[in-house]
Amino acid sequence: MARLRLATVWLGGCSGCHMSFLDMDEYLLELAEIVDVVFSPLVDSKTYPEGVDVVLVEGAICNVEHMEMIHRVRSNSRVLISFGDCAVTGNVSAIRNVLGGALPVLKCSYEERSDPAGMIPSPNDIVPQLLDRVVPVHAVVKVDLFLPGCPPSGPMIRTALEKVLAGETIDLMEHHLSFGGYGRPRNSEGSSTASSSSTAPS
Amino acid sequence: MAVKTLSLDGQLISARDGQTLLEAARESGVSIPTLCHLDGLDPVGACRLCLVEVNGRLMPSCLTRVAEEMEVWTQTERLQRYRKQIVELLFAERNHICSVCVANGNCELQDLAMRLGVDHLRYAPQEPQCEVDLSHERYGLDHNRCVLCTRCVRVCDEIEGAHTWDVAGRGTNCRVITDLHQPWGSASTCTSCGKCVMACPTGALFHRGASVSENVHDRETLHALILAREEKQWLV
Ligand code: SF4
Ligand code: SF4
Ligand code: SF4
Repeated sequence: MARLRLATVWLGGCSGCHMSFLDMDEYLLELAEIVDVVFSPLVDSKTYPEGVDVVLVEGAICNVEHMEMIHRVRSNSRVLISFGDCAVTGNVSAIRNVLGGALPVLKCSYEERSDPAGMIPSPNDIVPQLLDRVVPVHAVVKVDLFLPGCPPSGPMIRTALEKVLAGETIDLMEHHLSFGGYGRPRNSEGSSTASSSSTAPS
Repeated sequence: MAVKTLSLDGQLISARDGQTLLEAARESGVSIPTLCHLDGLDPVGACRLCLVEVNGRLMPSCLTRVAEEMEVWTQTERLQRYRKQIVELLFAERNHICSVCVANGNCELQDLAMRLGVDHLRYAPQEPQCEVDLSHERYGLDHNRCVLCTRCVRVCDEIEGAHTWDVAGRGTNCRVITDLHQPWGSASTCTSCGKCVMACPTGALFHRGASVSENVHDRETLHALILAREEKQWLV
């Protein structure tokens, strides 16, 4: 069987999701047996290639570069996985949205709150221009699978990858999907704490 | 005691006259999701998560009393679809950023999302500008996380008897308020008992100084208080 072409992309995120990817520990060796990682912040390739089988996209769409990239990623990949809360909901990256547009945020960070006051980068500088609103990946392109969590756990990423790479469908419901953190024991109803139940003891 | 016989998900069950469908279902081991409901407080049917189909009509099970020959379905495909939609809309209405929330992992909205299989939001987040009230010396209120379940309003009124909370405004401007919209810290009716914080399903009401994931809601104490009051049973 031809080796599968896997990619990981890092947009507006903190790289925590990629750290969680590395948290798959020894499974990474098994993965290396069956896939070629053709693009990733972990490998040295500069252009997103064509003919990618599966891609994990970390982070929200925050600037013009992300916007350009996500369209390229979509058209060159077969299965696109929204990887972590930033990609799925905007999460921390989108907190700035309530401040109303890119300019107030830039003013606040470069002029008002920085000491000494700096200068807002101009659109011609090498830093990509911010979009007015941060949006999740599926607001821009079609997403095939959502892996929420900040970050999704290593075992969760592994489960998803194993299924997707084998060409099987996956019901992530069985795997305790959750926004935010992970790793707390959950009861059979999916509730994270005994005390949060709204049923009184009888 | 009068008994009513009805069918629940195709099974005949008997329920006591006056019981709600939610109570009867729970007694028969059928779990119906709820959010605004808290045992011991007056039901209000605000969140609509507990909708069931009664003879083909949608009814809130927390407010509907059992009756003879009712045919009740609690888990139909239509109900599951609506419940999922409701949770997505609740997430989209305010700013719920689980990963930086005091109630992360201790949140009923988060639990519901998991239980109903919400893996992303199909609705654009509204991103309203919401305030945080830190004027109370022990507790905080973050409107970003409020789902307007009014549990705080009811627990403060019905159990504590202080009636510090109320609801003001309409639509997207709807907010819970303390003492005619005064900062909570200057609300003279508040006894600082903390029952509202125990009752809140999300991270909207929290103990000051709690960091991410630390805001454990103490529902058990609340239930013990309600039991003590209603049934004169004192758990020691
Ligand atoms: S989801 Fe969490 S871990 Fe992943 S990039 Fe966003 S903030 Fe970082
Ligand atoms: S602390 Fe007690 S008295 Fe004060 S608002 Fe909350 S429930 Fe009411
Ligand atoms: S503050 Fe909490 S308990 Fe009160 S209405 Fe909002 S979510 Fe419900």
